[in-house]
Amino acid sequence: MTGVMTLYQTSIGKKVVMAVTGAILLGFVFVHMFGNLKIYSGPVALNEYAEQLRYLGKPIFGHEQLLWIARVVLLGAVVMHITSAVQLTMQSNSSRPLPYSVNTRTQPAYRYASYTMRWGGVVLFLFIIFHLLHFTFGVVGYSSGQFVNPHGGVYEVYNNVVYGFMNPIVSIFYIAAMIALGLHIYHGTWSMFQTLGISNEKVSGTLRGFAAALALVIALGNISIPIAVLTGIIGLS
Amino acid sequence: MDLRLRIWRQKNKNTTGKLVTYELPGISPDMSFLEMLDVLNERLIEQGEEPVAFDHDCREGICGMCGLVINGVAHGPEVTTTCQLHMRHFKDGDTITIEPWRAKAFPILKDLVVDRSAFDRIIQAGGYISVSTGGTPDANAILISKESADAAMDAAACIGCGACVAACPNGSAMLFTGAKIAHLSHLPQGQPERYDRVRNMVQAMDAEGFGGCTNYGECAAVCPKEIKLDVIARMNGDLIKSTFLSSGTRKMGPNATRNGK
Ligand code: HEM
Ligand code: SF4
Ligand code: FES
Repeated sequence: MTGVMTLYQTSIGKKVVMAVTGAILLGFVFVHMFGNLKIYSGPVALNEYAEQLRYLGKPIFGHEQLLWIARVVLLGAVVMHITSAVQLTMQSNSSRPLPYSVNTRTQPAYRYASYTMRWGGVVLFLFIIFHLLHFTFGVVGYSSGQFVNPHGGVYEVYNNVVYGFMNPIVSIFYIAAMIALGLHIYHGTWSMFQTLGISNEKVSGTLRGFAAALALVIALGNISIPIAVLTGIIGLS
Repeated sequence: MDLRLRIWRQKNKNTTGKLVTYELPGISPDMSFLEMLDVLNERLIEQGEEPVAFDHDCREGICGMCGLVINGVAHGPEVTTTCQLHMRHFKDGDTITIEPWRAKAFPILKDLVVDRSAFDRIIQAGGYISVSTGGTPDANAILISKESADAAMDAAACIGCGACVAACPNGSAMLFTGAKIAHLSHLPQGQPERYDRVRNMVQAMDAEGFGGCTNYGECAAVCPKEIKLDVIARMNGDLIKSTFLSSGTRKMGPNATRNGK
């Protein structure tokens, strides 16, 4: 344990925390995106999926047990990820008290993602809060009577999603947030391999490619849903 | 060619400086960047003004003293040291802004001269191997694979110029520290102290007030010795392993003690 705390006290240790918690969040957003795509199999499939999630890990875990464990782990990961991000940002901000009067970036434009990590992270954080208030609790973004709370044993998740995305402002916000997520994942995934000491000259191109593919699949998979609703490909059941 | 220079002038460590503009006509494109500054200084001295202080020593790209940020790029538009940069990379009529390395850990001493002793303290924390003196070891007594020798040599090329820190938006010293750690971590002679070394050097690096790394890659893009980001990944991996392979903070050297005892 002392070893882990010694590690955490270094700047690299804080990056390791971000990489490990980032990997957890990454696994989650991928599986979550994949689950979301069940909307294309119709209302029954998506609503059943929502119900079955409550029985995740059956028969070892009881009703909602594993789900709650997952929620606690994810919340812990988000808190640790952001705490380290804030600590490292403060360390970086104090490292150059007087800025350059001429600042030139030498890196190619595709490295743009690396410059969006901090503000993009803030966007993601705000998105996570909005997303929970919206699809989980139904307290924002709906007219009265549209949202059916899935915690009551009745699963109308399909209609909840369609009603939600029928509001174009909400859809645009989701799409923008998913672009931010894509950029974050593109740089974050490669950064994770670097932080964990897995990357080197021979494999870094492959790892960057993997990061790009992961970012594209997750962002486009999620973005397709509000677009499908707005264009009428998917309608109320 | 005729140039307009905007140069950071600062009296000493305790005052703040500012950019001062100088007109400098009649510069040959064959001059090196430092020769161009020499010409400026000769003219300033003739006019009875204080010459611009800038660091330099070997003027052949090996000592690492000559760091300047030129138009926002450490060591200027070519991937080399400032002393090896030539005026043919600029055009007649150009305005060139020249600033010192800017980092809390590199205090400005005067004009363009910064104090890079923070790097020396990182090296003192572990950038060496401990050998007891004795007879000269036999050549080739320790076998080293070609891959390891090449990787170690690539990392050992670092001249400690500090361009990586100057270029990094985080003001991070990870490329320098990573190069020093990777150099010894690739060699058999570096193995006995490998994990104490990485822990001590990373702690020393943080203590100097450098920023953390977010993998922008600006450091490797300006490094005159083309040190690769690989060295940072290796340092990260070694530090993580050190957490599981040796516990406590142990100083290095023949009288090494654990936890300061
Ligand atoms: C869906 C949620 C998120 C996922 C999947 C995710 C994933 C990741 C990953 C894998 C990394 C790389 C870790 C490393 O540097 O080795 C990372 C870095 C980072 N994340 Fe997140 N993250 C998420 C949310 C957030 C949030 C809410 C913030 C808010 C502040 C944030 C801020 C950062 C920052 C500042 C970095 C370091 C940037 C860098 O190294 O260039 N992230 N993230
Ligand atoms: S890593 Fe490159 S830029 Fe950094 S100090 Fe060494 S030689 Fe200079
Ligand atoms: S003066 Fe020695 S490297 Fe430039």
